[in-house]
Amino acid sequence: MDDLIRELLAAHPAQDGALLPILHAVQERLGHVPPAAVPLIAEHLNLSRAEVHGVLSYYHFFRSTPPGRQVLQVCRAEACQSRGAEALLAHAEQRLSCASHSTRADGAVTLEPVYCLGLCALSPALQLNDRLHARMTPAKLDALLAKEGL
Amino acid sequence: MSAAVTKIFVPRDSAALAVGADDVAAALQREAAQRGLAIELVRNGSRGLFWLEPLVEVATPAGRIAYGPVAPEDVPALLDAGLLAGGAHALRQGATDDIPYLARQERLTFARMGITDPLSLADYEAHQGWAGLRRALALDGAAIVQEVTQSGLRGRGGAAFPAGIKWRTVQQTAAEQKYIVCNADEGDSGTYSDRMTLEGDPFMLIEGMAIAALAVGATRGYIYIRSEYPHAIATMQEAIRRASAAGFLGASICGSGHAFELEVRKGAGSYVCGEETAMLESIEGKRGVVRAKPPLPAIEGLFGQPTVINNVITFATAPLILARGAQFYRDYGMGRSHGTLPFQLAGNIKHGGLVEKAFGLTLRELLIDFGGGSASGRPIKAVQVGGPLGAYIPASQWDVPLDYEAYAAMGAVLGHGGIVVHDDTADMAQLARYAMEFCAIESCGKCTPCRIGSTRGVEVIDRIKADQQREQQVVLLRDLCDTMLHGSLCAMGGMTPYPVLSALNHYPQDFGLAAVQEASAS
Ligand SMILES: Cc1cc2nc3c(=O)[nH]c(=O)nc-3n(C[C@H](O)[C@H](O)[C@H](O)COP(=O)(O)O)c2cc1C
Ligand code: SF4
Ligand code: FES
Repeated sequence: MDDLIRELLAAHPAQDGALLPILHAVQERLGHVPPAAVPLIAEHLNLSRAEVHGVLSYYHFFRSTPPGRQVLQVCRAEACQSRGAEALLAHAEQRLSCASHSTRADGAVTLEPVYCLGLCALSPALQLNDRLHARMTPAKLDALLAKEGL
Repeated sequence: MSAAVTKIFVPRDSAALAVGADDVAAALQREAAQRGLAIELVRNGSRGLFWLEPLVEVATPAGRIAYGPVAPEDVPALLDAGLLAGGAHALRQGATDDIPYLARQERLTFARMGITDPLSLADYEAHQGWAGLRRALALDGAAIVQEVTQSGLRGRGGAAFPAGIKWRTVQQTAAEQKYIVCNADEGDSGTYSDRMTLEGDPFMLIEGMAIAALAVGATRGYIYIRSEYPHAIATMQEAIRRASAAGFLGASICGSGHAFELEVRKGAGSYVCGEETAMLESIEGKRGVVRAKPPLPAIEGLFGQPTVINNVITFATAPLILARGAQFYRDYGMGRSHGTLPFQLAGNIKHGGLVEKAFGLTLRELLIDFGGGSASGRPIKAVQVGGPLGAYIPASQWDVPLDYEAYAAMGAVLGHGGIVVHDDTADMAQLARYAMEFCAIESCGKCTPCRIGSTRGVEVIDRIKADQQREQQVVLLRDLCDTMLHGSLCAMGGMTPYPVLSALNHYPQDFGLAAVQEASAS
């Protein structure tokens, strides 16, 4: 894995402001930013490990541990709330036997709240893996999950 | 002789994709091929009439005819009904331009939205694209700034600061390197006009940023797009690639000798990175923590250099202003709110979508005439205008004109033009609690009223809801809001009291207090 990270780093010159693009590149490839990547990135950018760790942990998007094989993100922001987002999230928790903000023990799925997907005119909305879905209902969610074998 | 090819439009906007536009496009291709019908499928942007998405349009000699909302399984019947000739069908909406929701708008910035193929340079050029940039290339920086100042354009990202004054500061500050930064973080619930622009008319943003670069003498620009918008990021990157290849960006814009390089930066799920100085920190590769001002970013911005930082819609409006002249734009609107705002109807509304209108119409017109009332059919109870930091507006205030000053006068904000509708099932104490909770989750942590106050706010509202010393806790909540209002470094902590206090003031019964009249209306 170190080699893979070195390869990614080589593609990102140590210019000013390269840290976020590098973290994105690592997460895109590995699904998360493993702790072992931190010293390599720090060395590459001439930063302290604490600085890299500080950035990594500040942003909600970055993960330090691998997500489940599938990721369900349910929007919890106001426009979605006005059309039943809270009930939808509760339904997802129950249907998947997985608490929000967590990955199920068998590693099959991660459930996360998100704050607005920009689909607010068609709320409630969610994202399952790379696909967006709007005008959601618990029944439609069940059908989607069933199609994905969840 | 082969049959004429019919152009069919199926949007590629994220919201259309989220309700199955790709499946509709595939069904159309498949069915047309089976029937030997010659079609050219164009993936346009969305018109912004989201309750009709996926909206399929067909080009006929009588203009574009709209059908929606179309499901993949509707496609055979639509083709049977003579879709390619604009035939009659239950989903037929008539000529797109005549749909009242669209016909009643004043589309200036969104004039091309949904009409063109977003990534087609030829389409862009054929619809007035680059006219503003070409005019700017014939002017000097001061004259461009003058034009933008004269237009009365104010920042569309929330704070409504005059764009021309910001540009002038950067123009007049001497530096080796200047930057243009576009704020495409759009974290507010109920807002999607930035996303629509990035996905549906990306060259307009590129043109606007290039005009700003010419105006102030900047040679590098960044578009900071939130990670929640992968389609917008992909479209913008491709648009930059194509615009560069065609010479609209790069070492010499349109052969003028002016250099301007543009790059997309991806955010990482932090609401406060929409605050301009936090965004600069983030682009620099740091934690997105708010900087104290002064210095202003216009003087010491990105990497310590003079930086114009504006919202997507602010930049996207510049091409029109340059192309049509300051006065043309200035003549729209009311008072000191010139031009138009793309209002975004969202939440519990029957006809959710984008409405670009001059400032000065009312919330009631938007909610009823455009929105058609609530989606649930129940009375509308509260409308949050201006994003999660905006106030909840009760029906008694729906006739106030949408104008920056008129809204400020009643303790509300227009913000980015997001309008989120809640029906009478909404629990306003719960929404007030949510506002505090959101602030606690997203606070950058730099100042105490916001970092700690928001957590205390959640606890106090919980005690009010549970009727533990309710009256006393309400006093405490007001006191806490006052501290946040006056003691926070940025609007995150400083405006979270807006939704909280407006909920408390207009809907006290939801907090277990004596009701005021007029809180609920249809
Ligand atoms: C917490 C917070 C979040 C903000 N989020 C955004 C945003 O998502 N988009 C935006 O354009 N402005 C946002 N702003 C406003 C920006 O700080 C800044 O005023 C704006 O980008 C300037 O551009 P404009 O003058 O074109 O509006 C936010 C401000 C605060 C305090
Ligand atoms: S108000 Fe909140 S978000 Fe703004 S600077 Fe203070 S702690 Fe950070
Ligand atoms: S509030 Fe859920 S998509 Fe915007």
